[in-house]
Amino acid sequence: MGLLSDPNRRRALTNLLTRLNAPICVVCYLAGVMWFMGLAFEPFTLRTYMSENAMGSTMVEEHFPAGERALATGREFAAHKKKVGGMPVNWLVKTMESRGLEVFTQSFTRKLPFPDENKERYLVRGTNVYGILRAPRASRTEALVLTAPCSQGNANNQAVGLLLGLAQYFRSQVYWAKDIIFLVNEHDLIGMQAWLEGYHHTNTTGGDWSPLHGRGGSIQASLSLELSSDVITSLDLVLEGLNGQLPNLDLANLFHAFCQKIGVLCTIQGKLQRNDWESTSGYSHSAQTMMLMVLKQASGRPWGDHGLFLRYHIEAATIRGINSFRQYKTDTTTIGRLLEGMYRKLNNLLERLHQSYFFYLMPSLTRFVSIGYYMPAFGLLAVILLLRVSFHLSDRRGLGVGLTRYPGVLSILTPVVISHMTGVALYCLPVMSQEMAVQHFPVSETEAVVLTAIAIYTAGLALPHNTHRYTLPLVLKLVALLYLAVLLGCTALINFSLGFILALSLVPIAAFITPHTHKPLSAAIMVLLSPGCTLLYCVLIFQELQETPVSLQDGWMLFLSVISQGILDHSLYGSLVYPLLALLIYPCWLLLWNILFWK
Amino acid sequence: MAKAGQFFSSGHTNNWAVLVCTSRFWFNYRHVANTLSVYRSVKRLGIPDSHIVLMLADDMACNHRNPKPATVFSHKNMELNVYGDDVEVDYRGYEVTVENFLRVLTGRLPPSTPRSKRLLSDDRSNILIYLTGHGGNGFLKFQDSEEISNVELADAFEQMWTKRRYNELLFIIDTCQGASMYERFYSPNIMALASSQVGEDSLSHQPDLAIGVHLMDRYTFYLLEFLEDIHPSSTTNMKDLFKVCPKSQCVSTPGHRTDLFLRDPGSVLITDFFGSVRKVEITTDTINLTAPMVHLEDTRPVRELRTEIQTYMDQLPVAEIIHQKPKQKDWHPPDGFILGLWTLILLVFFKTYGIKHLKHIF
Repeated sequence: MGLLSDPNRRRALTNLLTRLNAPICVVCYLAGVMWFMGLAFEPFTLRTYMSENAMGSTMVEEHFPAGERALATGREFAAHKKKVGGMPVNWLVKTMESRGLEVFTQSFTRKLPFPDENKERYLVRGTNVYGILRAPRASRTEALVLTAPCSQGNANNQAVGLLLGLAQYFRSQVYWAKDIIFLVNEHDLIGMQAWLEGYHHTNTTGGDWSPLHGRGGSIQASLSLELSSDVITSLDLVLEGLNGQLPNLDLANLFHAFCQKIGVLCTIQGKLQRNDWESTSGYSHSAQTMMLMVLKQASGRPWGDHGLFLRYHIEAATIRGINSFRQYKTDTTTIGRLLEGMYRKLNNLLERLHQSYFFYLMPSLTRFVSIGYYMPAFGLLAVILLLRVSFHLSDRRGLGVGLTRYPGVLSILTPVVISHMTGVALYCLPVMSQEMAVQHFPVSETEAVVLTAIAIYTAGLALPHNTHRYTLPLVLKLVALLYLAVLLGCTALINFSLGFILALSLVPIAAFITPHTHKPLSAAIMVLLSPGCTLLYCVLIFQELQETPVSLQDGWMLFLSVISQGILDHSLYGSLVYPLLALLIYPCWLLLWNILFWK
Repeated sequence: MAKAGQFFSSGHTNNWAVLVCTSRFWFNYRHVANTLSVYRSVKRLGIPDSHIVLMLADDMACNHRNPKPATVFSHKNMELNVYGDDVEVDYRGYEVTVENFLRVLTGRLPPSTPRSKRLLSDDRSNILIYLTGHGGNGFLKFQDSEEISNVELADAFEQMWTKRRYNELLFIIDTCQGASMYERFYSPNIMALASSQVGEDSLSHQPDLAIGVHLMDRYTFYLLEFLEDIHPSSTTNMKDLFKVCPKSQCVSTPGHRTDLFLRDPGSVLITDFFGSVRKVEITTDTINLTAPMVHLEDTRPVRELRTEIQTYMDQLPVAEIIHQKPKQKDWHPPDGFILGLWTLILLVFFKTYGIKHLKHIF
């Protein structure tokens, strides 16, 4: 008879699961970690390939000639920027009009919840300037966007110069089937958010901006350019966007195809590709690249101006020019040709990019793992929680002692509600109480917010534990396990990296915490694996992988700034990491803390 | 007198052409260029627009992405614009569907259809049907949304035969696995050519780096080159057409099917299908038409080779009407030369070593 339908065999199976539960859980955990690390091993990955037929195999010859003129324009832009002390709106409008574009401006104001280190003020005011190149023969139904940020100081002047140079060159061609919008945004992401919201007539984050007078149709793809030097040695591609969303892999394939054709060095995560995957150093190189991508994706912040386009289903990427100490330099004309080629290929698109993957990890620019390959790593971790649930249900000795009557739902509610109220406090209080904190303590607003958050986090450890006279640790543990499983599952679907990292730290403690374990040791482990400390480790590992390792002191400062950045991202752009951690993950962890200190 | 009767009872009296391009989108530029090149040749050889049904699924000349608007090139570096000034497209864009194609072939069109969209052939028409696009084993894709199968096509041709809508039919298809489309034909008097066998892909010829797409498919490219040499009075026959684009040039193996055709392919002229030539015999004798003409029985003997008794007159000198670019042909040494060379080598051999070695050969 079958394995599951035969009652004897089923009992034998459940006995096996019950007896060997802990070893199976450990094996699953190790298997999950091994699977994840194995994703960077080259034979397990696939080579990238162009999936979209319309951006097919034939290439065009690029003819962009005016790199030097673009650099001169960039220098002019820098001079005007310094003179005005911000965005030289009038000069930009005049220059774009002289190149034959339809120019419009948008002014925006944004009230920050607390002044962060960069802005140092509550109110951010700015103007975006954009020019639309209308397709000569097509109707205005689709558009492509090229953006360059107007940064402070001397950054990104060459990017704006190249943008204006390309605008002039593109204007003289007849083969554009889509409108091309050239956008120079102020205050980086804040300006970009205002522009996108104005373009799509939505207002999700509560900013204040003037409506856009000129539109170009639905945007099919967008590239953001960051170039701060006259010559570069390599081009870096940045893909990670808001909430860990990634553009379609075809955009990365397109970039790589053109880099190969033109002969420019291309990197991802700032790391060059290596050919020796058999050696340990080669493997660790790919693993580092992949880990960087995972950490960047888990943080949920947009790592370039392109990151905000993705939520509108516009495939976007940022191309960053890097000038390091290599021999071979690439000039602006070549970069212009690369962008021209990419835009000509995007011009051939008939529908939005959808043929290739939306969920992937890239151990290098030419290799990727798709969701079907990396999700089992998370699945192996999540299955541990389900195994523990089945264990606790079948094995009544540990937590089910004293089961006289079936406890009602209401008795569970108390610890759950208390944990969630603490989470709500962690979410709301830091920003709301910053004025009060500034009055009483000699700290700046940013520090006040961050320190309040940490204070509430630590205060949760001291919550009362003996309000649950009528319930059982078993029920609470089951609830906690199932809650964590659902939470992590949903998180991993949206943002795999975030779900995986949280699973790595939370699943062991959720699986093995009971009231009967050794209290001081378990408490220490729980605190060390709590979400806050996981964040600290991630910050340290990230710095290590970027080859700028920091000491614990600097790491702590960085950690504080990461928390403030997270809160700011949430209120400015709608990033979901901070509310997820504060409102859902932290209460779940508090439930487990409750179980540990059960009397 | 009997000769006059025989004159009017042979072969076909009019020519039609149905040229179909089934794929749309900018990256399928080459299929439109294929069809337009055959259209150009067919028009040049004399078939008028009223006898051509041209079906193009997309407009490449006026596509927004075309850097040279109002042109469709077949050779790179823009040597030959096959769009020209007087293209008459009968079915355009979304009108090119399987249903419309089959209705055109079988004649089952609604009464409101204009004449230019109808195939008004009769039982003395020779029809050229040219299809190109994306295909597979047993089907041809129309417009990225539907397909026509080889069975449907064979049945359509049978309908045409029973309704006496053609005298002879030449079917040319340039798609991947094109030979599968003519496997199922069963009506008489059909000759079929395809650019590739089942399991092979038809490849495209050359991209143009200024336009950014492949301009033509290989088979039709060499077919166009072959047809550029044909003029209305040339006597090239079908056997030369079968030799177009050998495997060395096409990479795929072109195929043909002649078992349903009643005449010997060697006696079928290219202009029987691609051109619209009138059989004219100039005579200065008077013919006395006293008795009524005897109409020869229209038997269609199976497997009897019909030889033509009339010849075609060279109506106009070719060089005056067709201005062609002088072509650089690949020079091959004539076959006789190689034979002569080997004979010379053998003779020298035997002269040197004596005749007694001959017996080792024979």
